[in-house]
Amino acid sequence: MSIILDHVNYIYGGDTPLAVKALDDICLTIPDGQFLGIIGHTGSGKSTLVQHLNGLLKASSGHIYFDGQDIYEKGYDLKALRSKVGLVFQYPEHQLFEIDVFTDVCFGPKNLGLSQSEVQYRAYEALKSVGLPEDLYYQSPFELSGGQKRRVAIAGTLAMKPQVLILDEPTAGLDPRGRDEILDLIKKLQTESGMTILLVSHSMEDVAEYVDRILVINKGSILLDGVPREVFRHYQELEQIGLAAPQVTYIMHALREKGLEVDDSVTTIDEAVDQIAGLFRR
Amino acid sequence: MLRDITLGQYYQTESVLHKLDPRVKIGGTLLFILTLFFYKNFLGYLAAILFLAAVIRLSHVPFSYMIKGMRSILFLLLITVAFNLFLTPGTVLVAFWKLKITQEGLKAAVTIALRLTMLIIGSSLMTLTTTPNNLTDGMEKMMGFMKIFKAPVHEMAMMMSIALRFIPILLEETDKIMKAQMARGADFESGNLIARAKAMVPLLVPLFISAFRRANDLAMAMEARCYRGGEGRTKMKPLQYKKRDYLAYLCMVGFMAGSIWLGRLPVL
Amino acid sequence: MSIVKTKDLVFEYIRRDEEGNVEGITTAVDHVNLTVREGSFIAILGHNGSGKSTLAKHINAILDPTEGTVWVDGMDTADPEKLWDIRQRAGMVFQNPDNQIIGQVVEEDVGFGPENMGVPTEEIWQRVEESLRAVGMYEYRKYSPNKLSGGQKQRVSIAGVLAMHPKVIVLDEPTAMLDPSGRKEVIRAVRALNQVEGVTVILITHYMEEIVHADQVFVMDQGRIAMEGTPREVFSRVEELKSLRLDVPQVTLLAYELKKRGLELPDGILTTEELVKALCG
Repeated sequence: MSIILDHVNYIYGGDTPLAVKALDDICLTIPDGQFLGIIGHTGSGKSTLVQHLNGLLKASSGHIYFDGQDIYEKGYDLKALRSKVGLVFQYPEHQLFEIDVFTDVCFGPKNLGLSQSEVQYRAYEALKSVGLPEDLYYQSPFELSGGQKRRVAIAGTLAMKPQVLILDEPTAGLDPRGRDEILDLIKKLQTESGMTILLVSHSMEDVAEYVDRILVINKGSILLDGVPREVFRHYQELEQIGLAAPQVTYIMHALREKGLEVDDSVTTIDEAVDQIAGLFRR
Repeated sequence: MLRDITLGQYYQTESVLHKLDPRVKIGGTLLFILTLFFYKNFLGYLAAILFLAAVIRLSHVPFSYMIKGMRSILFLLLITVAFNLFLTPGTVLVAFWKLKITQEGLKAAVTIALRLTMLIIGSSLMTLTTTPNNLTDGMEKMMGFMKIFKAPVHEMAMMMSIALRFIPILLEETDKIMKAQMARGADFESGNLIARAKAMVPLLVPLFISAFRRANDLAMAMEARCYRGGEGRTKMKPLQYKKRDYLAYLCMVGFMAGSIWLGRLPVL
Repeated sequence: MSIVKTKDLVFEYIRRDEEGNVEGITTAVDHVNLTVREGSFIAILGHNGSGKSTLAKHINAILDPTEGTVWVDGMDTADPEKLWDIRQRAGMVFQNPDNQIIGQVVEEDVGFGPENMGVPTEEIWQRVEESLRAVGMYEYRKYSPNKLSGGQKQRVSIAGVLAMHPKVIVLDEPTAMLDPSGRKEVIRAVRALNQVEGVTVILITHYMEEIVHADQVFVMDQGRIAMEGTPREVFSRVEELKSLRLDVPQVTLLAYELKKRGLELPDGILTTEELVKALCG
């Protein structure tokens, strides 16, 4: 019952003739503890959507409920909402600014008006949970590698103890191992702390393995919504909007066409290996 | 809000004004601004408004788009007008509390408002119809004589054109950084002046770092494409006056002479 | 004939602390020997910080070797007299499309290189048209770059290099900031460049799907060339690639895992068709 979007519209550019409908009648319920992947190509409205959830953007019409409360109601504490719904943006370079990593992570909790000791405790805890080596805590955040910067950015949000963590393209520009490490970290955070996670991405391969549910956004509205294998069944529709199912889905389809008795809704390599190997052993 | 600034931006469309040689547009804008200061009566301003309206029609740039750009400097305009309105001594028309509006003040305020508005619209008309590259080409050529004094005319022009190209990119980036910090609880709006200035640090540091990085990348990309200053460079679009350019100059001179004559008639 | 050749190339840079004292020396490129045949499509792989970008910048003479030599079309890149010839002969496309487009209009940007080279006006227009057509961006010639998608911007960057009539184009992670459709569109343009225009391509990337069509692949690690061969040869060494912080396309990984389970499959399967053929006969 955590987040509910009720007919949310967002029109960009006000009442000029250049106005664009960035979100078109979005209705969505995100239960507590879910790992949700939000997929769409650049400009589909996926980033716009998540920026509504912590009140950075205000819907042109419609309602958003967080824990049963309408966030657009008069007197609703938006600042508190931002600490409960943490949003980590695509480029950590857009938020790192302090002289050292530790102070930077303190920025969020400090803005919440917590005591010095609580701030430091939370920063320490957050840095610990993202697995950054301790000898980097007092280094300049600008000297870190891309993957390390991302960890610091995530820690900066975790230190505010959010109930929902939203990550906008957290793996852009990372090398394959760096990408896997960040995704593993996010999964770990979800299973260990029970946080709701929203992962915004344009890579199907990345999300297929990790998420419970996929939301495909196109032209500001929800095109598909379901568990990965359900969504990838519509791979032709995905292609039409410039996305694709993971390569393994295509392989399974091709094999089935050749008369092999495999399940073509498979979405991960492990499942595919089991399927094919099982078939050939018989 | 930041994206509303249309000052210095180029508006892509087809029009005679877009096709004119940038030197005509730069020269014309300067002459137009100069002319505004010669009027002694409102007839001159009326002529200028009509002329400007005609040129705006010719430019095919929507008037609403131009006005949108004005919004950002409205504040400045209002202050200037207020100063003139209340602080000019002379025959008192209205007085309340410690403020008085004088006849001279009213006239000065209206004059300054007209001049400023037309000055801004006139010059933004130039930038709206001329690509920054074209604009700097024009300036480079017009300032060419400075090269005798070893002034780095080409380099200055190049710097300007690059600065203009990066304005929208950096504005968008500012927006993103602001959002990223607001998501971490940063507050850019409340508090006194000092608190607000301090709140800018989380915005400015990433912005500067990014700007330097971009500058560095761009310098490298330019060198990789054989850029080595103005020497030995040819032009893809060399500036050559055409018939319409001479015609435009003629119109400009005609407008100047006519409106100054009108503006100095002993009426009003 | 080799168009690019490096011999014992070493590049070191000195790290300094805040006061400017020397903290240490980092060897970014460590004794690299590389020969690139004219007209070929070369891919250089490596994780972030493996030295692949530093290596690339030597080919365009943006960086000078600390030790060793780099030749481009027979010219030594350390020779200052040849600098501009080398930069014309070896074009470079960078990662961030926003930071390499100079012009405010697409066609003006593509003309920037030829202008710098002193090409006569009429020929610049010819070259701009040809280059924009080659990357399929001719219809967008009057657009502002800010109005284009990431993939389109990168194609404009490629056209900008192409207009200088280079013999070799080095692309330094041109797709790292793009979404999947943008990546595909750029790679398609790059392949066309290589096959239709005959330009030698050196593609630096960490996306494995992009190098399937390369003639030769070099994998870098800690400034050295750790692996080298055809994509098939390189991709058949899955564990080794993983230890270098890289991965392989899903189809290759699937085939590799199936082989481990005892299925009879050839090494280094690169495409879905190959796997289907191998499995179904």
